[in-house]
Amino acid sequence: MFIQKLILKNAWRHKLRTILTILGIAIAVSAFGLLQTVVQMWYIGVEASAANRLITRHAVSFIFPLPYAYRDRIGKIPGVEQVTFANWFGGVYVDKKQFFARLAIDNENFFDVYPELLVPHDQRAAFSRERNACIVGEELARRYNLRIGDVMPMEGDIYPGHWEFVIRGIYRPRDKITDASNMFFHWKYLDERLQEESPQRAGDVGWYVMRISNPGDAPQVSQEVDQQFANSSAETKTETERSFQQGFIASASAILTAMNAISFIIIGIIMLVLGNTMIMAARERIREYAVMKTFGFTTGHLVGLIAGESIMISAVGSAIGIALTFPMTQGFAGVLPKGWFPIFNVQAITLILACVAALFVGIAASVFPIQRAIRTRIVDGLRQIG
Amino acid sequence: MSLVSVQNISKSYWRDSLEIPVLNNISFDIPPGEFLTLMGPSGSGKTTLLNLIAGIDRPTEGRVVVGDTEVTGLNESELAVWRARHVGFVFQFYNLLPVLTAYENVELPLLLSRLHKKERKEHVEFALTIVGLDDRMHYYPKQLSGGQEQRVAIARAIVTDPTLLVADEPTGDLDKVSAEEILKLLERLNTEFKKTIIMVTHDPRAAEKAHTVKHLDKGELS
Repeated sequence: MFIQKLILKNAWRHKLRTILTILGIAIAVSAFGLLQTVVQMWYIGVEASAANRLITRHAVSFIFPLPYAYRDRIGKIPGVEQVTFANWFGGVYVDKKQFFARLAIDNENFFDVYPELLVPHDQRAAFSRERNACIVGEELARRYNLRIGDVMPMEGDIYPGHWEFVIRGIYRPRDKITDASNMFFHWKYLDERLQEESPQRAGDVGWYVMRISNPGDAPQVSQEVDQQFANSSAETKTETERSFQQGFIASASAILTAMNAISFIIIGIIMLVLGNTMIMAARERIREYAVMKTFGFTTGHLVGLIAGESIMISAVGSAIGIALTFPMTQGFAGVLPKGWFPIFNVQAITLILACVAALFVGIAASVFPIQRAIRTRIVDGLRQIG
Repeated sequence: MSLVSVQNISKSYWRDSLEIPVLNNISFDIPPGEFLTLMGPSGSGKTTLLNLIAGIDRPTEGRVVVGDTEVTGLNESELAVWRARHVGFVFQFYNLLPVLTAYENVELPLLLSRLHKKERKEHVEFALTIVGLDDRMHYYPKQLSGGQEQRVAIARAIVTDPTLLVADEPTGDLDKVSAEEILKLLERLNTEFKKTIIMVTHDPRAAEKAHTVKHLDKGELS
């Protein structure tokens, strides 16, 4: 208890210096938390991907459609349990700044392939019965104050014209990493209208999603799907959902790598700030350490005193920094256009990383002061001017 | 029979490749209960000799034996344990920890003992009573005068009931009145509590309190 008390009193000896160091650590840790959160939110789609889902898209580019006729052929490939599809709709809801995914889906089994989207049975049945019905995520419903029975009017851009959808269901995410801000409607509603207004665009879907019986068979199933449509007018590229999601963020990978690197550079900066404080503190107290050594205090005691103080300052600064990370990320999410990041939460791994970093910084920053305190001979320490 | 035996002690310091001799073949014995003063001009080696006896420095040659222990034969960790049990230190500039109260400063050496908190409290209060500061035990060093600080330092030095009390110019930073109080206190510790004291001083009045005065000049006893 006495040593802990001494650590506390030592840390508080130069109040301003300690407060500034703690604030520096707090700001750095919150910046680390924010940067890590941004990086992780980019990868959240990758994290949320299921191992037993494969995505088949056009071999040239995601923006080219695939024939609806592929559906049954894919479904017959060994290892494929279920096949469904989706189509990017785009469109403008309220105004162009309101961004969220609007997808035309296969209403028969889309929600079976995506069990993480929880739709009550009665709502799903109501959705199936009505051609222009849609299901929205609860986050989307909250954002626009939408209720079942409300009409969502939209102006088409990829598919021009005025569209109206009636909300017949609101889905809940099964877990925190599932996006609850999507809107799904019947692909048939889209296709039927295309047949009337733009028949050359009808009969196509955006991509297929397969649920396979054994994730270990993914390479083989992917190969078989792509072979099935080789040398056709719409060759395919099949990959795991994880690879598919990673492909989306590949274009931003350099920025994300830089952000990741910066977040760890910040940890290095914290270490220098705290290291500087501890070096100054140890230099001022070198005579006191010498006095303690004369009384019989050992190297272990001095290590405990110096490292304890360093870890304590680091821990307090980090705790404040972690606490600040939450409002900071919320504030940051608030200034972003709606829908940029469907999920924007501080992840447990960020908090764990911050805690580990705090411990590491606390220990690392005390290495030089400890070395100095230990190496200084008692007689030399006693000669130091306080 | 002697309590401290200094045998053929020599000490040199090295500055780059230059050897600077500080003590040259010094031998003497100190009996138990002695109050010995080491005097001499600056640079004569008084403090170095005191440090060697107290086990905070090592000689280039020779032996120091205190009681049954050859201090010069102990390694660093053995020396730390030995100092904790057998030596009480009083410094010229008190060297109290400014963040601790008088009570806590005196308690500091006892943390290395196996005494319980209650026993430590008894020892600390007794030591502070001896030096006449039982009414100031919760004061911080900055709230005390120089003389009072040195009395706290003496209480800290005696709280473990050490075999040997070493004092390096304990009155060097004090006014005349405070210095006199400290010397009386040391004298009392010697006569009443039978403490063996070795004191380094420049002050002839301080030396008057001692039983024995040894003069050092250029690293040799004169």
